Amino acid sequence: MNALNRLLSRPWLWSFAAALAVWIATVAVTAGASSGGLTDAALTFAAFSVFVGIGQMFVITLGPGNVDLSVPANMTLAGTVALKLMDTQDSMILPGILVTLLVGLCIGLANYALIKALRIPPIIATLSTSFIIQSAAIWTNRGLRIKPPPVLADFATSSTFFVPNMALLALLVSVLAWVLLNHTIFGRWIAAIGQSMPAARMAGVPVDGTRLATYVLCAILAAVNGFLLSCFSGGAALNMGNEYLLMSIAVVVIGGSAVAGGDSNVPGIWGASLLMFLIVSMLNTYQFEAGYRLIMTGLIIIAVILVASGRQARPR
Amino acid sequence: MPLAPGALLEVQDVVMHFGEVTALDGVSLSIRPGECIGLVGHNGAGKSTIVSVINGGLAPSQGRILADGQPLASYGITRARALGLRSVFQELALCPNLTIVENARIAHPELKGWRWRAEARRIIAASLDQIFPGHGIDPGAQVGTLSIAERQMVEIAMAFSNSASAPRIVILDEPTSSLDAGLAAMLLAHVRRFIAAGGAILLISHILDEILSTASRIVVMKDGKVVAERPAAEFTPASLVEAMGSSTRELQGRRQAESKGAPVLTLDLPNGQGFHAGKGEIVGLAGLGGHGQTEMLLALFDAHASSWWPARGPEVAFVAGDRRSNGIFELWSILKNTTIASLDDLTRRGLLHRPVEAARGAEWKSRIAIRTPDLDNPILSLSGGNQQKVLFARALSTRSPVVLMDDPMRGVDIGTKQEVYRIIRAEAEAGRTFVWYSTEMEEMGLCDRVYVFRDGAIVAELKGEAITEKAILAASFKGEGAAA
Repeated sequence: MNALNRLLSRPWLWSFAAALAVWIATVAVTAGASSGGLTDAALTFAAFSVFVGIGQMFVITLGPGNVDLSVPANMTLAGTVALKLMDTQDSMILPGILVTLLVGLCIGLANYALIKALRIPPIIATLSTSFIIQSAAIWTNRGLRIKPPPVLADFATSSTFFVPNMALLALLVSVLAWVLLNHTIFGRWIAAIGQSMPAARMAGVPVDGTRLATYVLCAILAAVNGFLLSCFSGGAALNMGNEYLLMSIAVVVIGGSAVAGGDSNVPGIWGASLLMFLIVSMLNTYQFEAGYRLIMTGLIIIAVILVASGRQARPR
Repeated sequence: MPLAPGALLEVQDVVMHFGEVTALDGVSLSIRPGECIGLVGHNGAGKSTIVSVINGGLAPSQGRILADGQPLASYGITRARALGLRSVFQELALCPNLTIVENARIAHPELKGWRWRAEARRIIAASLDQIFPGHGIDPGAQVGTLSIAERQMVEIAMAFSNSASAPRIVILDEPTSSLDAGLAAMLLAHVRRFIAAGGAILLISHILDEILSTASRIVVMKDGKVVAERPAAEFTPASLVEAMGSSTRELQGRRQAESKGAPVLTLDLPNGQGFHAGKGEIVGLAGLGGHGQTEMLLALFDAHASSWWPARGPEVAFVAGDRRSNGIFELWSILKNTTIASLDDLTRRGLLHRPVEAARGAEWKSRIAIRTPDLDNPILSLSGGNQQKVLFARALSTRSPVVLMDDPMRGVDIGTKQEVYRIIRAEAEAGRTFVWYSTEMEEMGLCDRVYVFRDGAIVAELKGEAITEKAILAASFKGEGAAA
C-alpha cells in the first residue's frame, strides 16, 4: 500500500498513463495490426522531443522567467552546418559531430552573455539570438538540401534489438540527465537556484556559473537534436525546428516538472514526449479534421496536467 | 487610567502580539492639542508598532482607542484620516511614476471634480512654500525625477497640506534622516508653528538634539513598554540615553579573547573607518537597523565568494536573518536545506553520497537540536526558530573559516538563542571568525569587538569591557551630549 502510494505520488506517472491509454485507443481501432509500427514511430519521434525537452527542463528548473526560445533556430543551424561540413562523406562524421557541439556551445554562451551582461530577460534574449541564428542558418543553407553521410542516415533510421537507435540514444542521454539532476552537486545547485536565487547565492552556490552551464547544456542538446533529426530525415531543412519550440516546453510541463522551477524530473519527459506523438497519431487514425485535432490535443494536455497537479505535494 | 484632559487621540493599555512575539505590552499614550511628543527607543522597542496602531494600520490585540474623549468601536486608516491624522513615513511612500500633483490626489481623496489638478497644485505649492520657503520644487514634476530630500519634502508638505479636512495630528517618523541641516531646521520651525496653532505632532527621531529641542514631552519605549514619560525640559541627552537602555541588566559572560595574528578579513568602507576581523574573533556590528550593516556583510560575502566558479572549501559562509527571502529553500526537505552549502564534502567519485549526507544531517540535528522526527520532512514543517537553526547548521557545517551573520536571531526563542550562542563560542575558540550583525544588545555583549554603524559608516569601535549598551546607544544616536 505504501509502495503504491509512493508510486501514485510520482509526478511523471500521469504522462505515462495517458500515453499508454492513447496507445491502446489507437491500436484498438486497427485491431492490433499497427501496434509494431506505431510503437516504433512513437519511440523514434519521442526521442527527438526528449533531447530538446531535457535541455529545456534544466533551463526551466532555474526558476521563473528562464526558458530557451532559441531551440528551433539552434537545431536548424547545427543540422545545416554539420551536414554541409560532412558533405555526404562518411570520413567527415567526427568533425561533423564536433562542429555540432561547437555550435551548441557558442549559442549557449551567447544566450547567457545577453542575459547576464545586458540584463535582458531570458525570454527576450533567447528570442533575439534565435533570429540571428535563423538568419545564419538561411545564409549557410542557401536553399540546398545536403544529404547526410550514408552511414549516419542508416544509423538514424534503423533499430538495434527491435528498438530504434534514436530511442536508445535518447535513453542514454536521459539516464545521464537523471544522474546529473539527482545525484550531482550541479543538479542540487540548479534546483536551489530555481527555488530562490538570493538564497542560493547566500548558500555559496556559484549562481552565474551554474546558470551559464545550464544554458550551454540546453543549447548543446538542441544542436545534437538538430544534427540527428537532419540525419534521420535525409537532410537539414530551414523549418525543421519549428515544432520543437512549443514541444520542448510542453513535454517539460506535461511531464510534471514545476513551471516555476526548482522541482523537475526526467522520466516525465519520456511520458510526455510519447503522449504528444501518440495523441496526433490517434486523432489521425480516428480521422478527425485538422481543426478538431488541434482542439482535442489541447484538451487532452489540459486534462493530463489537471490530473497530475491534483497529486499530493511531496518534498524531494 | 484617567482620561487625559482634552486629548485628541488616546490609546490605552494596547497589547500587540505577532505570533509568539509581543511587540507592545500595555502601552498607553495620549496626544493632546498644542504639543509635540518625542518618541524614542532602540530597535524593536515598539515605536513603529505603536505608530501603526495610532494611524489605524494595525488593529491591536487588546486595548482601547479614544478620540476626543470617546472610545471608538471601530478604528482604521479611513477613520484615522477623518480625525485629521496624517503620517510621514521613513520609507518614502510616493509613487515615483506619478507627478507630485497626481500623488496628492492619492493622498487626498477629497480632491475631485473637473479642476482637481489645479486645486491639488495650489494646495501642495502653498504647503511647500509655507514649510520650506524657496524650495524650488515644481508640483508638476514627476516624483521619480526628484532627489531623496525633495521627495521627503513633498511628502512632509503633503501631510501638512489642507484640503477638505485640516490635519490635526501629524506623525513624523524619522522625517529629517534625508534632509540637510537647513531643511531640517525649517521643518522643526514649522512643527513649532503647527503646535502653537493647536495641532499635535508625534515625532520619532534618532537625532536626540532634535527631540530635545522640539518636543514638549518625551516618551521613551523599551521592549514594548513605555519606560519613561516626562516633559522634555526634564531630560538631558545623557539621561535620555540612559532611559533608553537598562542600567539594571548587565551584559553577562564576556569572553576573554584577544585577536590572534593578522586579520583574516578586511574591508575598506567609503567613509568612516575600515573593517577588519582576526582569526577566532567574534566581531559585532551594532547600531540602529538599516544603517549599513547588512550592506557591509553582503560586500564581504561578494568579495570572498565567486558567483562563477565553485569554491572548494569556501572562504565565507552566510547565515541569513531574513530566512524567507534569502535563507530557506521551500520545496526541499530539512536535510537538503542543511547540506546545500557543504555538498563538496559529501561526494564519492563525483556523485553525491546519500548515506554520508544523511550522517552529516543527523550529526547537526543532534548538535544544534533541530526538533523534528525526520530530516526528510519538508523544511516548512519546522517552526521559525528551528528553520533558523537549519540555517546555522548549514553555515557551521561548511569548512569556511569565516561566518557572516545577518541579524540571525530575529524571531528566535530564548532557548534556541542560548544553544546557538554556546556553539558560536565553541567554534570561535576553535579558530573560526564570526561577523555578527544584531539589533539585540545582549548579543553584542557576546562579541570581542563591536563596530557601531550610523548612516552607512562605522562611527565607533568598542572593545572588551567598553562594549556596553550605553556606549552603543550613545554612538548610534547623533548628538553632542549623547556622545559624551
